[in-house]
Amino acid sequence: MLFPGKYTYTCSTAEEIKPHLLEDLDPLFAKNVKEGDLIIAGKNFGCGSSREQPVLGLKSVGLAAVVAESFARIFYRSSINQGLLLIECPAAVKAYKKGDIVSLDIERGTISIGSNTFSFPKLPKEILAICDAGGLLPYTRQKLKQKKKR
Amino acid sequence: MTFAEKILARYAGEKQVQPGQILTVKPDHLLMHDNAAPIISKIQSELKEYGIYKRDLPIIVLDHVIPAAAEKNALQHKQIREFVKTYKIPNFFDVGYGICHQIVIEKGLALPGTLLLGSDSHTCSYGAVGAFSSGIDRTEAAALLLTGETWLKVPQSIKITLKKKLPRLVTAKDVILSIIGDISSSGADYCSVEFQGAVSQFSVDERFTMANMGVEMGAKNTMFPVDEITTRYLRSIGVSKSKYIPVQPDPDATYDRELTYDLSSIGPVVATPHSVDNIKPISEVEGIEIQQCLLGTCTNGRISDFQAAAKILKGKKVHPAVRLLLLPASRAVYLDALKGGYIKTLVEAGGTVLPPGCGPCLGAHQGVLAPGERCLSTSNRNFKGRMGCKEAEIYLASPVTVAVSAIHGKITDPRKETKQ
Repeated sequence: MLFPGKYTYTCSTAEEIKPHLLEDLDPLFAKNVKEGDLIIAGKNFGCGSSREQPVLGLKSVGLAAVVAESFARIFYRSSINQGLLLIECPAAVKAYKKGDIVSLDIERGTISIGSNTFSFPKLPKEILAICDAGGLLPYTRQKLKQKKKR
Repeated sequence: MTFAEKILARYAGEKQVQPGQILTVKPDHLLMHDNAAPIISKIQSELKEYGIYKRDLPIIVLDHVIPAAAEKNALQHKQIREFVKTYKIPNFFDVGYGICHQIVIEKGLALPGTLLLGSDSHTCSYGAVGAFSSGIDRTEAAALLLTGETWLKVPQSIKITLKKKLPRLVTAKDVILSIIGDISSSGADYCSVEFQGAVSQFSVDERFTMANMGVEMGAKNTMFPVDEITTRYLRSIGVSKSKYIPVQPDPDATYDRELTYDLSSIGPVVATPHSVDNIKPISEVEGIEIQQCLLGTCTNGRISDFQAAAKILKGKKVHPAVRLLLLPASRAVYLDALKGGYIKTLVEAGGTVLPPGCGPCLGAHQGVLAPGERCLSTSNRNFKGRMGCKEAEIYLASPVTVAVSAIHGKITDPRKETKQ
C-alpha cells in the first residue's frame, strides 16, 4: 500500500503525507528516500482508489521516476498530471536485484542495470513536457501563455 | 487493429497505432457533473484570461446531490449555473434531467465512433453505443476545459465473445457481474474491453448496464459493436445513420486476451460485501435478510428495468421490513415508466420514487443506511461505506432479483418465484 487509507482525512499536504509513504511495506522508506531515487516495482503499481495523496507524496520526496511492470490506470494518469514520471519496463524490473545501481536515460528511453540496458517506449514529448513543467495545470498555463504570445 | 486502436488512431490522425503508444487527442465532449464546481475553481484565473476552449465541448449534468441536500451543494449548483451562463454552454442539464451517463446517451451526445472523456469513473458507459469513453480526474478535466486536448495511452484490448442465449430471468447484469467475478476487479486494468458474439440479444439498455460496469474490472473503456439494434435505438432518439461513422474492430486485430462465455450456463448472481468481484451464485446468499432495496441508478434505471420489476411486483406488496427505493435514470425514463403504468404498479406495491439522479448510490442522501442494515441494489458499487454507512452491507443484483427479494424481505432466487 502506497499510503494507508486510514490517513485519508487527516493528511492532505505533501508534508503530512510524506512520513506515511509506503510505511506498511517499508517503514524506513520515507527516511531513506533521496532526491533522484527510483522506485522499482512489480505489477499494477498504484492500484486502488483515485485519491491523489500517494502521488503528491511520492512527488514531494523528489523521486526521479517509478519503474514498474505495470501501473494501475488512474494512478498512471494522476501521476503524470501531477508531474511524476512513470516508466513501464517489465524486463528491467525482472532483471533488477536489490542493491543494483540503476540509471535512467529518459531522452533515449533506456534503463541501465549493471551492464544490461533495457529500452522502453520513449515517452512522447507531450508527457515529458507535462512532467518538466511540474504537472498538468502548470503545463497548461505555459501552453496557453505561449499561444497568446504568438 | 482493435476498436480502441482504430478509434484512437482516427482521433490522433495516425494510420497505425500500438498498445502503449501515447497519443494527443481532442475529444468530442468532456462530461462533468456536480464536480464541475471544484473543477472550475481550480482554474479561475486562467478562465478569466483565456476562456474555455469551445462552448460545446463540456456537457454538464447536475445529478450527484439533487435537489441540493445542503447549502454547500446548493452553492456549488449555483456556481455551475453562473459558469454555464457566462460561457453560454449549450449542453447543460439542470436538476431533474437525470443521471449524467443516461443523459449523454439519451440526448445523442455519445455516438458510434466518437470520443468522450468525463470526470466520472462510469464514463465508460458509452461503449454501449460504440463510442470510446473513459473517466479522467478533475485536474485533467480542468486542463481539457481550457485546451480541448489531452493525451491517451493506447490500451491493450480484451475480447469477450458471448455465445448462446441467456436463460429466463437471468439478465445482462448477471452476465457482467459473473465476468467481473471471474477476472477480478483489476482483471481488465488499463484495457479496452470489447464485447462480441451473441450481442444481438441485448438491447441498448442492457449493453449500457454491461458497459457501465466495465470500470469495476478496471477497464479503460468498454465497447459493443454497432449493429441494427444500435442504429434503431439512435433513430428512436432522432439520430439518423448519416450523423455518425462507426468504428468496428478489424477481424485480424490482436488481443491481449480472449475470453468466451456460454450465456446459457449463467444464472442469477449477487455481488456480496465489500467488493464488486465478490460474486456468489444466488443459491449461496438466498435467505439473507434485507432492509432496503434500490431499483434504478445509471446501471439499471432504464425503462426495461422498471418494466421487469413492475411485472414481478404487480398485485404484490413489498415486505413490511423493506424500503423499496425507485430511482429512474432520467426524467424521460420516469415519464415512460409513468405512461407504461410501471410507476403506479411499483408505488402501489409500496415503492418510493426518488428524483432522477444519483440518489443513495453514492451515499450522499436519500436512503443512507444505518449500521447493521443491508441493502440489495441494482447499482454498480458495494464498497464499504458507499451508501453512507461503514457498518452497513450492500449486495448488488439484477432488477429481477431485487424485485423478487423486495417481496420476501430476503435475497430470493427469481427463478423459484415467478412464472413469466
